[in-house]
Amino acid sequence: MNTLNRVLIFGATSAIAEQTARQLVAQGASLYCVGRNRDKLMAIIGDLRARASSQQYIDGCVADLTDSAQHPNLIDAADHQLGGIDGVLIAHGTLPDQKACQADTSLTRQEIEANALSVINLLTLLANRFEQQQRGVIAVISSVAGDRGRQSNYIYGAAKGMVTLFLQGLRNRLAKANVNIVTIKPGFVDTPMTAAFDKGGPLWTAPEHIAKGIIKAMEHGKDEVYLPWFWWGIMLIIKHIPERIFKRMSL
Amino acid sequence: MNSPLSWNRLPRVSPDAVYRLTQRSADIPLHLPRPLLAYGNGRSYGDVCLTEQGTLLLTRGLDRFISFDEQNGILRCEAGITLQEILELIVPRGWFLPVTPGTRMSTVGGAVSNDVHGKNHHTSGTFCHHVRCLELWRSDGSIIECGPEKHQQWFEATVGGLGLTGLIRWVEFGLIPIENPWMWVESRRFANLDEFWTLNHQLESRWPYTVAWIDCLASGNARGRGLILAADHAAARNELPKFKERRRRVPIDPPFSLVNRVSLRALNGLYYRQPIKPQGGLTHYAPYFYPLDTIQDWNRIYGRQGFYQYQCVIPPREAEAATAALLETIGRRGEGSFLAVLKTFGNKSSLGMLSFPRAGTTLALDFPNRGDKTLRLFEELDAIVREAGGALYPGKDARMPASLFQSGFPQWEAFSKYVDPNFSSEFWRRVTS
Repeated sequence: MNTLNRVLIFGATSAIAEQTARQLVAQGASLYCVGRNRDKLMAIIGDLRARASSQQYIDGCVADLTDSAQHPNLIDAADHQLGGIDGVLIAHGTLPDQKACQADTSLTRQEIEANALSVINLLTLLANRFEQQQRGVIAVISSVAGDRGRQSNYIYGAAKGMVTLFLQGLRNRLAKANVNIVTIKPGFVDTPMTAAFDKGGPLWTAPEHIAKGIIKAMEHGKDEVYLPWFWWGIMLIIKHIPERIFKRMSL
Repeated sequence: MNSPLSWNRLPRVSPDAVYRLTQRSADIPLHLPRPLLAYGNGRSYGDVCLTEQGTLLLTRGLDRFISFDEQNGILRCEAGITLQEILELIVPRGWFLPVTPGTRMSTVGGAVSNDVHGKNHHTSGTFCHHVRCLELWRSDGSIIECGPEKHQQWFEATVGGLGLTGLIRWVEFGLIPIENPWMWVESRRFANLDEFWTLNHQLESRWPYTVAWIDCLASGNARGRGLILAADHAAARNELPKFKERRRRVPIDPPFSLVNRVSLRALNGLYYRQPIKPQGGLTHYAPYFYPLDTIQDWNRIYGRQGFYQYQCVIPPREAEAATAALLETIGRRGEGSFLAVLKTFGNKSSLGMLSFPRAGTTLALDFPNRGDKTLRLFEELDAIVREAGGALYPGKDARMPASLFQSGFPQWEAFSKYVDPNFSSEFWRRVTS
């Protein structure tokens, strides 16, 4: 079991990360939260502080994670403020407008930067640190969209797929160092990021349920988890449809 | 997405748009169809929280605490947070809500805009007596921070103001200290209304919380028989019982109401005969304050047609006669709810211009929606309320005539000057037309 007493969260203003942070605070954790939107981040830190006891430390900092030059400082600051890091949750990301990306190569690169390269940059720095300390857990929110490219959102899917693959390699490397790398693959989550969708139907899940699953996966040092679990079955089927047939489908 | 409903599942109206608020400081987009109206957790009845024109602003995304002064028991939080979420934070730290309605699923914004009351009205007044300040967003972009001593006129319009003065973004209010999550509850049976008045009077002078449940179908000498529950927060003690909340839910919409003459008579009778604790006993706060919250979606038992709640207040002088007349009328029709609630309000006057609580007696019952038949019964009840100089609770209403609203809330015209020109509700259009 990994203890989660001191946790660093990137993308703390995302709905899933915010719910995860609340639940971590409820179980006594201290947190360092990094987010891009100042107002949102300050509101969240204030909320977490009200929920925390006086023994818990809650702070954070505003940063745009596509600026990778800042990454070392952010990790150092968290390490210093928390007095060490037990776990990291990387939750930042965007949901690209697929149509707009198809028409604009710079937009495509921007989305890949935000959803994949910035994550890989952070992971590289964190991995070296965790490899040295010989313990800890790093969880990253990837997506079921990264399991197979689909016409409707393959820019996002490709970025998440890159992250998933990178994490596999990193997990393999750090297994010897007693460090757990957890890939989180949420299905449809009812958050502001997905505001444009019609959210009827049984496939949609509330972010607090995803958060519960994330914490459990981090504590138990799981490898790859689908949240909720049934997405494992859905993706198993989707991954195994022959490409010859899949290319004619409109998913 | 299905259109948001109020708790009694009628009327069914679809707004032009719904918009989820997620950040208290974010601007509300100008392109949204007007009028606007905040919709919290859908626990009010009727149409105070609904609008067919314009946009419903869903406030549940505003669910953050802003500050919690644990030394002095002062909490500031966003308006979309539920009372349950607050209790989960404050109870383990020795604090409780100063006033709570019969459900903990309502939002703080809803509690303020309906100026809700609880079983301790005779000692503590309404929820808004404990509000220190709140922030109101107006559609012209202005932000008003108001309280009992700051922009007082805005405060008095907004508390109990049915969400019409603008969007309440956060609320700060005082809490009360408790030793543990348990209540010491004394329950007594009364055989008729006369016994109720005597018993209620005795118990109110000794206990901060009182409420009575009436068997509304008993007739003759037994008319108005029921149970009265008096309670206080339990004192500190070394050993406390274990408590685990069981939750159940109503999984489907039955095609017709499961509440009918037969089931009503049986359940009311059973409830009246349940074992009582005249010497008192410990009950956890959740089943004491929120007996129905453990059955998720209980409002579905009334079927797809939904139901009405009828809650009135009768001034003290007329209370005994009018309550008897109301029960007589309801009993004669064989209508009524499992558990009618009877409670006397104290003399503390409410702060809001449209607040419902006032000195007197309040009676609340649910009725399955049987169309015209039900509405005709309400007209008979209205006549009794009107005659006695009483009023109906807007937060529980889907049908009161404009004239009854206007006579029950004589400040409504003064209030209307504070209504945001871009906010409105079905209720407001109905009672002011």
